[in-house]
Amino acid sequence: MGRYLIPLVLFIVLAGFLLVGLKRDPHEVPSPLINKAAPGFTLPQLKDPTKTFSPQEMRGKVWILNVWASWCVTCRDEHPLLLEYAKTGAVDIYGLNYKDQRADALAWLSELGDPYVLSAADLDGRIAIDYGVYGAPETYVIDQSGTIRFKQIGPVTPDVWSKQVLPLVQDLNRKGNK
Amino acid sequence: MKKLLFVCFVIPSLCVTAIAWDVRPASGDDPAVEKRLMNLSKELRCLVCQNETLADSQAGLAEDLRREIREQIKAGKTDQEIISFLTQRYGQFILYRPQVTPITYLLWFGPFVLLIGGLFVLFRYIRHHRDTVKEEPLSSEDLRRAAELLASDSRKETA
Repeated sequence: MGRYLIPLVLFIVLAGFLLVGLKRDPHEVPSPLINKAAPGFTLPQLKDPTKTFSPQEMRGKVWILNVWASWCVTCRDEHPLLLEYAKTGAVDIYGLNYKDQRADALAWLSELGDPYVLSAADLDGRIAIDYGVYGAPETYVIDQSGTIRFKQIGPVTPDVWSKQVLPLVQDLNRKGNK
Repeated sequence: MKKLLFVCFVIPSLCVTAIAWDVRPASGDDPAVEKRLMNLSKELRCLVCQNETLADSQAGLAEDLRREIREQIKAGKTDQEIISFLTQRYGQFILYRPQVTPITYLLWFGPFVLLIGGLFVLFRYIRHHRDTVKEEPLSSEDLRRAAELLASDSRKETA
């Protein structure tokens, strides 16, 4: 009995690792930016390039930065969800329009609706590099002190929204108001 | 038959185009900068196509990162500074050879721990077996059988 027990345990452990490995997405690389200050920038706004947007203006508020582009297929899937989230008024969503053409981006917003308070235009993707973006859509939750508290790579699914983003936003707001 | 043709010709030709893409002329820049860029980006992983280096990848992000590295080289940054710029944004994952830090101890030293553990088990097993196999003087019966076997063997060889 003893001689079969060890290989059996080893097999179960190995199978366990492989099973977990099957369900993990290798594209989700943990971001080193969590709990670090959100990189600063000043970018022209998409709708009115004469105005600028900078995350420093958001001090004291919990907000969401969503990286999107009109060429990004997954962003199109995510878009109706963002519209819904924005409608709840739980948190302001700002867009970072990533490596896009201004005309395409504007057409996209007028066709599909605009969930963003405003979008900043990162036309050459330099700011996105500072944020460690490697696959749009990506979403950041940034707290009152300008610290990144959460990052979602890929679409913010209803599950992620209700189980991770929303509780975090509520928690941060509670702490901030004390 | 069509399928076979597809497999035999179309797929290999796609691979050839992929390889042809690989070697890109440097964008008319300072060759010393390009050489450093190449050396650096061979050590870096493209996060979009994770099994490609930054040097090989044609992904948009890889191009942007090469541009970024090129600019930093021109600005006189050291390789170490450029690598820490990238790991601050993308994490250790961007390095094909992760640095030795507490998080990567298991990765770096795990195989040696396994090797030492394996050797330990092996030596214990050998010693255990040496102890259990007792050396007994051969009986006269054993000696007779041994002689018989030796005799039959030498007969075969001479035959």
